Amino acid sequence: MSLVVNAEVVEQNEVMQGHFRLALNAPEVAAAARPGQFLHVSCGNTYDPLLRRPISIHTVDRQKGEVKLLYRVAGRGTALLSRLKGGDLVDVLGPLGNGFTLPAGSENVFAVAGGIGVAPLYFFLQELSGLKHKATVLLGAAAKEQLICVDEIKALGHTVLLATDNGSTGHRGTVVELFDLYARLPVHSCGDYNPDEEMSGYVYGCGPAAMLKELCAAVRENGFSGEVSLEERMGCGIGACLSCACKVKDGKGGFRHQRVCLDGPVFPVEEVVWA
Amino acid sequence: MSGLSVKVGGITMKNPVTTASGTFGFGPEYAPYIDLNRLGAIIVKGITLEPRPGNPTPRLVETPAGILNSIGLQNPGVEKFIEESLPYLSGFDLPVIVNIAGETVEDYAGLAAMLERAAGVAGLEVNISCPNVKKGGMQFGSDPVMAAEVTRAVKANTAKTVIVKLSPNVTSIVDVAEKVAEAGADALSMINTLLGMAIDVKTRRPILGNVMGGLSGPAVRPVAVRAVWQVYREVKLPIIGMGGIMTPDDALEFILAGATAVAVGTANFVNPRATVDIIDGIENYLAASGVQSIHELVGAAHNNSI
Ligand SMILES: Cc1cc2nc3c(=O)[nH]c(=O)nc-3n(C[C@H](O)[C@H](O)[C@H](O)COP(=O)(O)OP(=O)(O)OC[C@H]3O[C@@H](n4cnc5c(N)ncnc54)[C@H](O)[C@@H]3O)c2cc1C
Ligand SMILES: Cc1cc2nc3c(=O)[nH]c(=O)nc-3n(C[C@H](O)[C@H](O)[C@H](O)COP(=O)(O)O)c2cc1C
Ligand code: FES
Repeated sequence: MSLVVNAEVVEQNEVMQGHFRLALNAPEVAAAARPGQFLHVSCGNTYDPLLRRPISIHTVDRQKGEVKLLYRVAGRGTALLSRLKGGDLVDVLGPLGNGFTLPAGSENVFAVAGGIGVAPLYFFLQELSGLKHKATVLLGAAAKEQLICVDEIKALGHTVLLATDNGSTGHRGTVVELFDLYARLPVHSCGDYNPDEEMSGYVYGCGPAAMLKELCAAVRENGFSGEVSLEERMGCGIGACLSCACKVKDGKGGFRHQRVCLDGPVFPVEEVVWA
Repeated sequence: MSGLSVKVGGITMKNPVTTASGTFGFGPEYAPYIDLNRLGAIIVKGITLEPRPGNPTPRLVETPAGILNSIGLQNPGVEKFIEESLPYLSGFDLPVIVNIAGETVEDYAGLAAMLERAAGVAGLEVNISCPNVKKGGMQFGSDPVMAAEVTRAVKANTAKTVIVKLSPNVTSIVDVAEKVAEAGADALSMINTLLGMAIDVKTRRPILGNVMGGLSGPAVRPVAVRAVWQVYREVKLPIIGMGGIMTPDDALEFILAGATAVAVGTANFVNPRATVDIIDGIENYLAASGVQSIHELVGAAHNNSI
């Protein structure tokens, strides 16, 4: 059930330069939200900028009726959003989209985030630890200071591995390289050690398109499966305008268009057709 | 009949507000936010004979007080539409207007014939003005002779109300309107989007996957009001006015210029309740100004101009 609500800002903090965590009072949205869904957020009351901005649900506090967003200032809309103060009202539409699936069994779960891609994965990892399921979480950023949510994710009981482009912490290189290295290890994280058995698992990915494309390739090469959260420019956010098309396999060797806003934003790794 | 009720050709609308094709899907998308029964009519996404995959992405770019889109008429084709979307819409007390588009005159004739046999269609909006397809589309809309030919082909294949949707991308919209009226159109709708483009100065490339797209939203409203104004003076057909309507006052501006009904498009993306907010606002305006019927306002600004 999706709604349009005028939500009051509880608080907003700059968690890192140019990155904000915005807490909104929206009890119905908090109650309905699932990890991987997003809100379509109005960034002002004038006609310029005109459109809403899609922002993932970062976490919810159902008791307090709060929804939190974690976003990077990327342009005019998000810059306007970053000026909101406690008590201000924001018009939000949501929760929208399909969200991540929760693992059914006890398979190895990996969460791989590039940059701000950690925002929706945090909500997912919270629900996962609620199910007593521990994941291996790989976070990537340009440098150490730009990694977000590391301690919060550790506090949920998950294992965290880091990658930075400049090597200031963790693996020097991309988070997908790190995933690939890890996936090729001949060990099984749980159960008896068997050198012949290859590691398998299910991967949840979110980040920039270029990273997700590489991640999907690495997931498939290593015989894993998984799902990724895609981004596309949106008009309506609710499936009506067909602006947010992405390509998925049609089962006949070709592709068909789906809507990131309604059919996604989360799609199976095996189905996404990359340009 | 309430003071808000209007007639467009053979279609009686309980109020003058409908949806602009392509901005409202096939209806169910907005059902969580508004009661579809409140709409005067629904105009659905453009339909073609065969399914169309649409254009490459990006398909949308925000511009000052507007958007450029190049969806490329992605749609499931007329057969699927009749099977899957019409039954849903038939559950509402709502005239359904189907927007049709083709690459040839025969395509339009075929679409009209198929929809004539389908239950639950009140009228056809003939899109001769889409800037986002290579063949057909706007070419028909910018040539008065072709526009008339398409109109005749559609009229010959249907008894339903035929509304021809005009393009603003022409030298004289009045010329096209006159020819289409002579060819038997029951009503006109205007305007479709204005051809435009945007370039990313960082990558030095056009932003839209299709390079060019159609401009809509508040930025185009003055152009649309002008088009309605000019056509109302010369052609005696009901007009569905659209282009950048965001508020009840915007809708009234079109009605005062000569529109019998209005369509809300891009505004739905900003406010999914825009249609009903506009209906409520028009109703309040009538009550506050003591106007009994919306008909008193249609074209009223012409009486006040010198
Ligand atoms: C499903 C989804 C979830 C998202 N979740 C988050 C999140 O949790 N945190 C976060 O920081 N960012 C998130 N994004 C990206 C965010 O939507 C963009 O950064 C934002 O729209 C930029 O707006 P702007 O006005 O600041 O930038 P501008 O570049 O000025 O925006 C211009 C236009 O392009 C669109 N646009 C620009 N970049 C993107 C993008 N990457 N994806 C989609 N549209 C874009 C804008 O919406 C706007 O219409 C998400 C995107 C999607 C599709
Ligand atoms: C995303 C989008 C898709 C559209 N698709 C169609 C279409 O399929 N057929 C059509 O005749 N017009 C289409 N239009 C044009 C609108 O129906 C309308 O004429 C135009 O957008 C001006 O109104 P507005 O400014 O209120 O949006 C589309 C417009 C948008 C923004
Ligand atoms: S944004 Fe309109 S269909 Fe996805």
